[in-house]
Amino acid sequence: MLEKADQIFVLLLHWLVGFLPAGWQHGAGVVLCVATIVLLYPALFAIAVLLERKGLGRMQNRYGPNRVGLFGILQPVADGIKSLTKEDIVPYKADALVHFMAPLVLVVAVFMGFAVMPMGRNMVLVDMDASLLFFFAMGASTELSIFMAGWSSRNKYSLLGAMRAMAQMISYEVPLLLSSVVIVMMTGSLSLVKIVEAQNHYSWGLPHWYVFTPWGFAGFVMFVIASMAETNRSPFDLPEGESEIVAGYFTEYSGFKFALFFLGEYVGMFGISGLGATLFLGGWSAPFAFLSWVPSWIWFFAKVMAWICFFIWVRGTLPRLRQDQLMNFAWKFVLPMTLVNLMVAALWRFMGEGLLRWVVCSAIVVVVYAVMGRVEMRRGRLGPRSYRYAE
Amino acid sequence: MLGEGILKGLAETARNFAGSYVSRERLTTVQYPEERVAPIEAARVFPFLVYDGADWEAGLRCVACQICEKECPPKCIYIEKSKDKKPDYVGKLQIYPARFDIDVSVCMSCQICVEVCPFEAIKMDTEFELATDNRFGGLLHDRKQLAKSNEYFHTIHPTEASEVDARLAEEKAKVEAKAKAAAEAAAAKAAAGAAPAATPGDKPAGGGE
Ligand code: SF4
Ligand code: SF4
Repeated sequence: MLEKADQIFVLLLHWLVGFLPAGWQHGAGVVLCVATIVLLYPALFAIAVLLERKGLGRMQNRYGPNRVGLFGILQPVADGIKSLTKEDIVPYKADALVHFMAPLVLVVAVFMGFAVMPMGRNMVLVDMDASLLFFFAMGASTELSIFMAGWSSRNKYSLLGAMRAMAQMISYEVPLLLSSVVIVMMTGSLSLVKIVEAQNHYSWGLPHWYVFTPWGFAGFVMFVIASMAETNRSPFDLPEGESEIVAGYFTEYSGFKFALFFLGEYVGMFGISGLGATLFLGGWSAPFAFLSWVPSWIWFFAKVMAWICFFIWVRGTLPRLRQDQLMNFAWKFVLPMTLVNLMVAALWRFMGEGLLRWVVCSAIVVVVYAVMGRVEMRRGRLGPRSYRYAE
Repeated sequence: MLGEGILKGLAETARNFAGSYVSRERLTTVQYPEERVAPIEAARVFPFLVYDGADWEAGLRCVACQICEKECPPKCIYIEKSKDKKPDYVGKLQIYPARFDIDVSVCMSCQICVEVCPFEAIKMDTEFELATDNRFGGLLHDRKQLAKSNEYFHTIHPTEASEVDARLAEEKAKVEAKAKAAAEAAAAKAAAGAAPAATPGDKPAGGGE
């Protein structure tokens, strides 16, 4: 029975395509899976937006939306209707075709990433050998759509926002990749399915998730930071800094195209959270051995939602960085840390089993973090801002 | 160590998040249509015309001098003078506004009209629910809509209204004293000259210049 619950979607799919002639079954199965993904994530998007608006409100001691439906749960519906009924304005001098294509390219690119994401046991659309690589390639192509949007709008704010986004995303792409490379080094595979399986065993009831190792934890922290920057989340939301450049690259978008950008951003967040959960938090595996009877897909989505909640929490806490702080942080702190982490992972691999490697690897990570943090803070690159002329 | 501040900040927001469900004092939001804050005396939204007595048309203090119309920065006041005259609060005959319109959508609540009016005739209101579904006629308030009684003025701005009343009473007393003096002088003159006293009746009104 529990086995069935775990595999319910797989069984459902087999049952549905069973009605078709044999030659059609494979194609129909793929179409069904794609349709499910394309419907599921917008639904999650609605939930996430509601959570974000309510959560941020509570963090600022406000109620948040509480008028539409019971406790405001229908707010996303109202938002959706509003964005659908708004006028779609294209600037007179804009490059109409590129302007139109940009949100589509974004949405397509962010959805592509889910093709290789294992969302539960046996629940992956395409089990590629190099699925991690595929995911990063798709993630990187969102930059193209952002630049398309910024460039085609013929608006200085859009262009500035797009330039900021490019600079930021390219800078943080490097630590994002390097922090996931440790996983590949340990697993010896680029396949996300294999990575989850490598983490899905237990000792004393506790899982072997990579986040519970020194190099895994360091990689996890760097990955979280880089993923926030990749998805333009606060505190790295410079590309859409309202106070300086209106809405950044989507200043000139309205109505449904704006909603598509919004959707793309959130689905991108789900993608990167799903990837992070897969790499470091054991994907669809249960956090304790005695909980492994709970269907695997529940764990995957619970981890994604927990990750999103953390993003919201951070957004409610931190102010926006300045451009130079952003760059300094990426190139002078996160990148060296990920490089050190590569060394630590290699050391871990060659020191063999035992307590010693735990002590040595943790010590290296902590010492490097503390020393680099101190140096950077002293030089004033990170940490509180000092004013030379004011005060 | 680097990151300490971030952790502290996260703890603070977490405290806010949990606290807002536990203690209602944290939530400062006033849920407007159902809940309202008590009106604030210094608030000002949109001008209104003060009238004395019961009849708004007869009691309007405005004498259509058009100073406010000229001074209003966005030029949202429109006044038409009357052809006839009516007595003002001291009894002197004055013209009055046959038309007095203010456009809500243009008024910027600067209170300059109030500052310049020499007759205490225009004051700021605290009424803020001025929304309408007619964006042309609905936003143009005519003198009937603008006229509000002095009692109303007392309820919304008690301090200012009392000052204004004191000032007006003083002026009125001065005018009356002058009129009385003039009447006495005229009476004395009449008594001295024993001339046919036909004019003293309308003299006091002219003495209130
Ligand atoms: S408050 Fe200012 S803008 Fe409004 S009517 Fe008076 S002078 Fe004009
Ligand atoms: S409101 Fe005052 S300033 Fe304006 S026309 Fe009337 S008396 Fe003159």
